[in-house]
Amino acid sequence: MDLLNAIILLLNYIFVPALTYGSQLALGAIFVTLIYGILRFANFATGDMMSFGTMFTILFTWYFQSIGISLGVLPTALLAIPFAVILMIGYMLLIDKFVFKYYRINKSPPVQLAMVSIGVMFVTQAVVRIIIGPSDRRFFDGEKFLIRAGEFKDMTGLNEGLAIKSTQVITIFVTVILVSTLFWFLNKTKTGKSMRAYSDNEDLALLSGIDPKKIVMVTWIIAGILATIGGALYGLDKSFKPFTYFNNMLPIFAAAIVGGIGNPFGAFLGGYVIAFSEILLTYAYKKFFMYVLPESMEPDSLVQLLSTDYKFAVSFSILVIVLLYRPSGIFKGKVL
Amino acid sequence: MRKNLNVIAAYSIMMGLIILVGIFQSWNIALSIFNLCLISAVMTMGANIQWGYAGLINFGIMGYTALGGLAAVLISVNPVQEAWSAGGLNILFSLLLIVGMVLAVRYVLKKYEKSKKRTYIIATIIILGIIIIRFVSEPGIEAIEEVDPAKTGFLGGFGLPIIFSWIVGALFAGGLAFVIGKVALGLRADYLAIATLLISEIVIAIIKHEDWLTRGVKNVIGLKRPAPYEVNLQQTDWFINLVEKFNSGKLSLISDFTERQATLNQFVIEGSSIFVKLCYTGLFLVVVIILLILTQKALYSPWGRMMRAIRDNEEAANAMGKNVVKQHLLIFVLGSAIVGIAGAMLVTQDGLFTPGSYRPMRYTFLIWVMVIVGGSGNNFGAILGGFVVWFLWIESAPIGLYLVNLTTSGLDDTHFLKVHLIESVPYFRFLMMGIGLLLIMRYRPKGILPERIEIK
Repeated sequence: MDLLNAIILLLNYIFVPALTYGSQLALGAIFVTLIYGILRFANFATGDMMSFGTMFTILFTWYFQSIGISLGVLPTALLAIPFAVILMIGYMLLIDKFVFKYYRINKSPPVQLAMVSIGVMFVTQAVVRIIIGPSDRRFFDGEKFLIRAGEFKDMTGLNEGLAIKSTQVITIFVTVILVSTLFWFLNKTKTGKSMRAYSDNEDLALLSGIDPKKIVMVTWIIAGILATIGGALYGLDKSFKPFTYFNNMLPIFAAAIVGGIGNPFGAFLGGYVIAFSEILLTYAYKKFFMYVLPESMEPDSLVQLLSTDYKFAVSFSILVIVLLYRPSGIFKGKVL
Repeated sequence: MRKNLNVIAAYSIMMGLIILVGIFQSWNIALSIFNLCLISAVMTMGANIQWGYAGLINFGIMGYTALGGLAAVLISVNPVQEAWSAGGLNILFSLLLIVGMVLAVRYVLKKYEKSKKRTYIIATIIILGIIIIRFVSEPGIEAIEEVDPAKTGFLGGFGLPIIFSWIVGALFAGGLAFVIGKVALGLRADYLAIATLLISEIVIAIIKHEDWLTRGVKNVIGLKRPAPYEVNLQQTDWFINLVEKFNSGKLSLISDFTERQATLNQFVIEGSSIFVKLCYTGLFLVVVIILLILTQKALYSPWGRMMRAIRDNEEAANAMGKNVVKQHLLIFVLGSAIVGIAGAMLVTQDGLFTPGSYRPMRYTFLIWVMVIVGGSGNNFGAILGGFVVWFLWIESAPIGLYLVNLTTSGLDDTHFLKVHLIESVPYFRFLMMGIGLLLIMRYRPKGILPERIEIK
């Protein structure tokens, strides 16, 4: 019984939150990795592009709420996402046309493109703040919990409750669908294959008649989809605040590099690696040991390896270690 | 002379703008903008050495700035005796443990060949070390943080004049840069950028949360000043006389004695804060000029030529027998140390240390905008970039407000769009920075004052 309690405890406080957070990071990390693999630069505007997409989602959600459309138990935002995605893709293509294209055609070094992306970051951030403001916004509606902690306790008779928020389920569900579609697209369709070829060896790909314009456009379209959905899921689960999104860029980068930048599957797993290590290392295991160990051996302290203040520092330390020992990432090989 | 014409023109325009602010807004604002421009100029010089001379990307500027600020606290604050007696020994012992850990790792690195076994041994040493240190230091840290937490709750510093911290800040930042450089400089350009950005976040996390050392988010306020205090100045005779002489024209117009005295008082209060700011301006100017002379000398020395050679073609420089790794490390340390000076100067001027205010937008990316806009590789350009960008950063809110009023002048004052736009005026600075950076990158990629190498 105690063991069961301990497992539920870990599920509730570590596994489910980490899986959700990991999915949100994974979407962002695939976004970073795609841009890096095909357009060949580190996109510092990642976080702000995600907040831009989320902003559209929120605006549409408000609009739908105001005219009385809702999805019942599901959040209205799910209905708003497709519209937001369309606008976001437009924004991405616009930015590419007016900003990035010039440097791509001139074959500028990646560093210069990264600098340009900082300019895009400033502009995007400003636009988001001017349109929707810098404050914290919640746009979740519908049924909040799938299983409440109390209900779970009554159902099973255990001491520990397991609460599953509907946003957590939605996040994981949407991520699985989106990522599997993406991998199917990259591995099975002609466009996907040509994207991989382009990422692997640009000159060879051009020689075999692949149209670079199409590749770049498709990349930005996928990036727009990933950025909007990843951002909206994060905002649904926690809340939307432009500054948090900017900060999320850092663990997202960490996830992409840990998984081997340029490798979408690696980035996908990298998101979970970062999320789980952040939560595992900063969780206080006292209660867990109270269930597992006999009474005489119960710990006095919190049994916490690092205080939660260092949550970000954990992922960055992992990144630094990976960069030092395996610069190409845990999941080796640059194959898009 | 002709060749320097654009430099002189650019700087005169800049000074003219600041003087205009002095005339139209107030001299107080103009001087505080000017002081922060000088500090920004020091930061950009540091970043420019790394990026312009050697082509190294350092996105960790925020971390070095914060370390410089930390140096200002540790040097100038008086030591907290109670805290030292409560947990000082414990902390010293923990420091000793850290040193022991580092030495052990070094020993293993030297003694064994590179292998999986060595990696595991090092990992074990570090993990065990962290666990032991946590256990050893915890009672000490708790004891220190309990000493009058509302006022102190930390160990304090050495109680020396704050000016020394400018040198110590450089040493701190240089030391950190040495460690980071040893670890990360082998990485590719964009990886280096990301790694330094993340490491600077770790530094900020530590400064924010190690309350026994820095008071963390409780901030340290009321640091000592190298300049006189306004309150003291307002009661000093020579200063009042000075202000009287300075404003004698205006004062003589007022015949009534009490009114005259009141006006004089007003002038004295205003004058005191301007005087204090001028003191800072003098100190900062000295630093900027010394650094400018040194960096200019370095740029045109054989060493500067070597750095450019390494920047432009690493392999060729290597083949000519230049030690690229060593020079990269050197320049990384030097540039970061300069940024550390700027960090200490910033805290000195503010008189307070607020770890929560260190954000990458303001302390890393904005500095990069300055370097790129000003002209990388050109010291005058970098300084100008610091001036221009900081000036716009501060003045963009009034400019934005003016533009909003202009474009929406047809609308009613209570129209929701106008109200919303006026509320979001502070964010126009991000927009301006971004558009400015994009335009410069596109149409003048070498900056306002491009790099120009003269062979003498």
